[in-house]
Amino acid sequence: MVRYLLIRTGLTLLTFWLIVTVVFFLMRLAPGGPFDGERRLPPEVETNLRAAYNLDKSLPQQYIDYLGMLVRGDLGPSFRQKDFSVNELVAIGLPVSLTIGGLALIIATTVGIAVGLRAGLSPGSRKDIALMGLTNIGIALPTIIVAPLLVLVFGVTLGWLPTGGVGSFSHYILPPIALALPFTAAIARLTRGSVVETLSQPHLKTARAKGLTERLIIRRHIFPIALLPVVSYLGPAATSLLTGSVVIEQVFELPGIGRYFVQGALNRDYTLVMGVVVVYAALILMFNLLVDLAYAWMDPRIRLQE
Amino acid sequence: MIRSAITRALFDTRLARTCCLVLGVIVLLAWLGPLFSGWEFDEIDWDAIESPPSVEHWFGTDFIGRDLFVRSMLGARVSLGIAVVATLVSVLVGIPWGAVAGYLGGRTDQLMMRIVDMLYALPFVLVVILLVVIFGRNPYLLFMALGAIFWLDIARIVRGQTLRLRAQPFIGAARLLGVSTAGIVRRHIVPNVFGPALVYATLTIPGVILAESFISFLGLGIQEPDTSWGVLIADGTQSMESAPWTLIFPGAMLAMTIWCTNMLGDRLRDQMEAGAGYTRNSAERARRRT
Repeated sequence: MVRYLLIRTGLTLLTFWLIVTVVFFLMRLAPGGPFDGERRLPPEVETNLRAAYNLDKSLPQQYIDYLGMLVRGDLGPSFRQKDFSVNELVAIGLPVSLTIGGLALIIATTVGIAVGLRAGLSPGSRKDIALMGLTNIGIALPTIIVAPLLVLVFGVTLGWLPTGGVGSFSHYILPPIALALPFTAAIARLTRGSVVETLSQPHLKTARAKGLTERLIIRRHIFPIALLPVVSYLGPAATSLLTGSVVIEQVFELPGIGRYFVQGALNRDYTLVMGVVVVYAALILMFNLLVDLAYAWMDPRIRLQE
Repeated sequence: MIRSAITRALFDTRLARTCCLVLGVIVLLAWLGPLFSGWEFDEIDWDAIESPPSVEHWFGTDFIGRDLFVRSMLGARVSLGIAVVATLVSVLVGIPWGAVAGYLGGRTDQLMMRIVDMLYALPFVLVVILLVVIFGRNPYLLFMALGAIFWLDIARIVRGQTLRLRAQPFIGAARLLGVSTAGIVRRHIVPNVFGPALVYATLTIPGVILAESFISFLGLGIQEPDTSWGVLIADGTQSMESAPWTLIFPGAMLAMTIWCTNMLGDRLRDQMEAGAGYTRNSAERARRRT
């Protein structure tokens, strides 16, 4: 297990380094300098600015400097928002995004697994067909439609919940639900599929033959096995939750990290975009690593393969 | 074999036939719809600003009085057009990549497919927004680049097919006759994998449509007065409190298109996999759906 852990961690760090490298050089490929404004800057000013943002050195030197800064946890200054460092912007945005994303993940897994179990334990029943029909709709409706519709129904027409912004607890109800919807549906389908598959396994017959109660069979013999694919889906799901929150933050006017990402892309704020990519990549890789380890812990066959 | 798989997937059940019909109508409307309406997509009707659907304006008008029917149809044209272009790009990149990797095998194959795996692991939206930063000033170039993301699936499938082809006697015969490696790939591998690759390419269409609407929704893609479903939905979100129809019509068209293409795509994939023995684990399948 220790060996497996070390290999996985090493691979994760390697991937992280690769992503940082690729993104760094891609950003340098982008046309237009960061200081292209409405009016040309005097040459002296530009030279000074270049020096201030460490752009006067050779490309390899800049790259090494950037890696050095990253190791110390410094994402550099923002090109456009002159008074802020990227670290400060991330510190403002990340808590909001993580709250929304975390709540959405909790909703998606609990509701998704519950629905999937319900449907999967009685495949072909009317309940099963109705629930799966609903998940079909949940998957097909993109967030950019669902989120505004939720605002329209619960925020505007019914007036039960605020339409956007942050503040009280009630501001954190609609955004996570809108974000979680497609994942709830996906997890429900996944769970149903693997429950149905597990139902046909011979060890269930043994368990029944031993005279275990149906409740105990579900908890001990169906649940743990049926959950494996769901666990491995959590990695990609967390990735999509993060990226999906870009839209959610836009619709609900939340000051999250996704907003800065879009702003940075619109303003060509290279350091900000780069910083957000680095933070996203770190979060996603970390989550994938955790999921892999959890998976190995739940299923000993994987440890043995490595 | 491919042809019968396609017809089975598209026409075997009533649901599939309905989906085909819906998609057909949407394509026809995108193509011909604007001809039936007396309005231009950027023409402002000063007497009907933000007016609900009526005989004059079938889908109503938007917040500055432009006819929403014409704009929805034009949006459909742009969204579907981008989907087709990006899909073609993905085929053009994916087929050579997969065919070369599969035919050469060994180290080259390992390296080429490792690159595909790595790109696959990158979060899609990060890549898209990076592309926006790089191609920012040219939305059409950006959407070509979208195709450059979607080629990964095609490359994997083509490689798998090529591996099976490589073992066939006619390839060995060609090699014995002294046909060069490039010649074999071009003349014998590519034509044989082209059909299945094209079928799989159609599966990327809903993904591209979603990606486009997502980017345009954020204001990073198609720019006014041009329009697409993403732009229309973004506009609709702004004005939905006073004019819900501006959100509902384009939203419904996008949702129906995605649902139908997903549905047909799944059937198509199942049919092809049944024939080709190509399978994917359930987690990966679920991942594709979102």
